[in-house]
Amino acid sequence: MHELSVSSAIVDTVVRHAAGRRVTAVEVRLGRLRQVVPTSLAFYFELVSRETVCEGARLDQEVVPARLRCSECAHAWEIDMPHFRCPECESADVNVESGEELEVASIEVEEAECTVSR
Amino acid sequence: MHRVKVRVVEDALDANATIAAANRADFDRAGVTVVNLMSAPGAGKTSVLERVLGDLGGIRVGVLEGDVQGSLDADRLASLHIPVTQLNTDGGFGGECHLDANMVRSALPSLPLEDLDLLVVENVGNLVCPAEFRIGEDVRIMVSSIAEGEDKPLKYPLMFRAAELVLVNKIDLLPHVDFDLDRFLHHLDAVHPGVPHMVMSARTGEGLDAFRDWLVELPARVRREVPA
Repeated sequence: MHELSVSSAIVDTVVRHAAGRRVTAVEVRLGRLRQVVPTSLAFYFELVSRETVCEGARLDQEVVPARLRCSECAHAWEIDMPHFRCPECESADVNVESGEELEVASIEVEEAECTVSR
Repeated sequence: MHRVKVRVVEDALDANATIAAANRADFDRAGVTVVNLMSAPGAGKTSVLERVLGDLGGIRVGVLEGDVQGSLDADRLASLHIPVTQLNTDGGFGGECHLDANMVRSALPSLPLEDLDLLVVENVGNLVCPAEFRIGEDVRIMVSSIAEGEDKPLKYPLMFRAAELVLVNKIDLLPHVDFDLDRFLHHLDAVHPGVPHMVMSARTGEGLDAFRDWLVELPARVRREVPA
């Protein structure tokens, strides 16, 4: 249900970086822990981007797996379920190495042919 | 026209984080400790506040009440004779389901920050979006009522991981609902190992003293951690 909020944040970020240029593609990286549903995000992105420079842009989503590392025993593992204790030593001192991304990685924009010669 | 790929690599919530930092600076300058109180709709945020905010010793408290629509909650709290500011989110796309830093910023001029030690921001009832948007708060607290079921930490890990204190409310319903407290706490520990919790009932008053004491001590604790 929070894909609407997330897509609004993505469009705002893209519009800022596009600086008035028309955007044809947006590449985002979404960590598993952000609980973003890709099909839902695509739906809301299309909706929210209307009447902005992003209208009609392709949204490429890369889902980043959730990887944890234990600070106590250095065990590293990937999770599918939200269990954040180390399975090896039961420690709660666990760092999230990846899976919290909510990042606009790149955008593809249209630019006029270069007319200025230096 | 030709197409070029532009590297961005920016967190989509950076803009919110920037405004949240500005809010935080204003709060720090005024010496106000800010709590962001979050939960599902109907978990009892307002009821808990009604029971504890009227008697916080010498701590001067105010509330920023976030709702999609209306002022029902703000009206309830106003009877405590504390400053309550209503913030409605229904200006946007059918009403925002959460408060963000900019909405809170827009409410700052109507808050008597200089006269407060503690500001409680009651977020819009929602277990997902509020966890994504920092508002410049010092502490995030969530209320989970036992009527919601013991599996909620596993279903909404984002929220349960965001909370620095979990209030387990409506414990008076325990004889009437299929809720295993130990199992809930086990799930909570899996999702957010070591997070403190308090078991309470805003209806009977059970467990509220501990939370009231916690709030009374909070401003001094936060100021120690963040020297001015």
